[in-house]
Amino acid sequence: MAVDYNAEPLLRVEKLKQYFKNGSYVVKAVDDVSFEIYPGETYGLVGESGSGKTTIGRGIIRLYDPTGGRVLFRDMDISGKLDRYTNWELRTKMQMIFQDPMASLNPRKKIGDIIGEGLDIHHSYSSQEERREKINAILAKVGLAKEHYDRYPYQFSGGQRQRVGIARALIMNPDLIIADECISALDVSIQAQVVNLMKDIQEETGCAYLFIAHDLSMVKYISDRIGVLHLGRLLETGTTEEIFSNPLHPYTISLLSAIPSPNPRAERSRSAVSYDYATSGLDYNRGELHHVGGKHYVYGTDEEVAGWLAKEN
Amino acid sequence: MADKILDIRNLDITFKTTAGNVHAIRGVNVDLERGETVAIVGESGSGKSVVMKTAMGILAGNATINSGEIIFRYKEDDGSLQEVDILKKEKKWVRQNINGRKIAMIFQDPMTSLDPTMTIGNQLIEGMIMHLGISKEDARKRAIELLEEVGITDPEKRYKQYPHQLSGGMRQRVVIAIAISCYPDLLICDEPTTALDVTIQAKILDLIKTIQKEHGISVIYITHDLGVVAKVADYVNVMYAGRIVEVGNVEEIFYDPKHPYTWGLLSAMPDLDTDDDRLYTIPGSPPNLLHEVVGDAFAPRNQYALKADWKEQPPMFKVTDTHFAATWLLDERAPKIEMPQELKKRIERMKQTKG
Repeated sequence: MAVDYNAEPLLRVEKLKQYFKNGSYVVKAVDDVSFEIYPGETYGLVGESGSGKTTIGRGIIRLYDPTGGRVLFRDMDISGKLDRYTNWELRTKMQMIFQDPMASLNPRKKIGDIIGEGLDIHHSYSSQEERREKINAILAKVGLAKEHYDRYPYQFSGGQRQRVGIARALIMNPDLIIADECISALDVSIQAQVVNLMKDIQEETGCAYLFIAHDLSMVKYISDRIGVLHLGRLLETGTTEEIFSNPLHPYTISLLSAIPSPNPRAERSRSAVSYDYATSGLDYNRGELHHVGGKHYVYGTDEEVAGWLAKEN
Repeated sequence: MADKILDIRNLDITFKTTAGNVHAIRGVNVDLERGETVAIVGESGSGKSVVMKTAMGILAGNATINSGEIIFRYKEDDGSLQEVDILKKEKKWVRQNINGRKIAMIFQDPMTSLDPTMTIGNQLIEGMIMHLGISKEDARKRAIELLEEVGITDPEKRYKQYPHQLSGGMRQRVVIAIAISCYPDLLICDEPTTALDVTIQAKILDLIKTIQKEHGISVIYITHDLGVVAKVADYVNVMYAGRIVEVGNVEEIFYDPKHPYTWGLLSAMPDLDTDDDRLYTIPGSPPNLLHEVVGDAFAPRNQYALKADWKEQPPMFKVTDTHFAATWLLDERAPKIEMPQELKKRIERMKQTKG
């Protein structure tokens, strides 16, 4: 689906900082991260474990109080304290799909009630029939049957459980869905089913995704734009095309070279470019995001960026 | 056959559960020659881990082995070749003489396979003192050498540390060091890189490869990641619903697959070179093995299924000397059916990229 980049961004993250204090020791999990998501767009956030990608997702959905910076949803500041009504409203507009479909579903509740919980809390129906109808419609949309309403999570396979997770997020008609590693726990063939489902739903409802993952090949399939995180910093962002065909930051280059390919001949001769922050000579505390054309931004000092651009040409 | 180290024949296993008997392994054959690498690929629940656990003698208590044999040939310390059928030996004997000694295993999650209350050093020397019968001081010396070999810097210091003080990649290196500490003949890697980041994945696979070459160990990979298979394997076994459906060397499986399930698996992999909007998916889900399977277990999900697939289980048809596939499509009476066009194009493209 074509995304209108001239439209107002749906979500704007500005200089988000998230520090965790551990005694006198401060962990800078997210440091000065800025990006925006447009309506109907899929923004992929990639990085290794500990890079802060989950923290950003949780910060956006207000599970943490940011240390600094702002998160704007439709031009409304949603970081910090909100009044009851805004909070209420916001909770229907932003939804989350979690990584482990077993741990995130209440094992003692029926599937129908898990999906309908949002409706119950927000009183979004006038009769039990209407509630049931709404839930059945969502079940059908994610490829489950009406009969699944009365079953329990343990009766489902991993892929089906993730469909329930998606249904639960969808039922509130959200504008933004944060999908945190939502396919990492699934088998390859099931991953493909879930990714296709997410794409179909986007076509139909026009919701935007923040797709957090470490598997770059899947991110390439689903994302319109990608942001590369490392050690809490957003190092490079741009359209999928820009990042994959013209990576600039040495970390991005190393990350792309590490993607395994199901092709024995290529795989045997492939050598991953290694990248070590300690010996790279880069200092993430100096530098800023530089615009290098299109939607492509890269983080570094002026000289560093000039150097990378020179190497590219 | 020159020097077969492992030979699994007709393995058939049933699990007793509260819901009934689950026929998880339905006649599996695997062979492995010394120094080679074999990968077993399949979805979760296809039984790939169960086969390897049987070879290690660490099967769950509710399992019954209906038939089969697992012939393992290993080198005794004096260099003589020994041959045993692991299924015929007592559990205790297997634990004392085979587990960790001749067959070592690397598990998926390095956090749960290391003991959090023991130092790295103590976990390393434990097996050596038990199996090799050497003194604590000698074991310590060898442990530090091993840590160095698997690429851990400052081994003297790491020796005294606990697992939680190490990163995921480092922990997996420690697990590898423990696995090779008693000079095993066979190393089984159960999804060794699934829990690790892509950047570290490649390093760990390279490390296992180097160690394999240096020590002449045979390796079995259990994985669902075809990227890993392409990188490391000599031979590939594709497993579906408790049976091996296709076996061949890595080129045959990736460039000339014959079984519709292998077609599906290869098509479902995201491919960085195309701009296709949709990923191919295999329709449906794997069969429930609580119910006895009639015919080909893959038939309900197979768009190329023939009438015969619903009636009778296909035997292994020979394609080449190393390549076999269990599908009626290879029978001479079957109609000529080729792999899907898109996959064909993709394979052509893959053949052209020479890294």
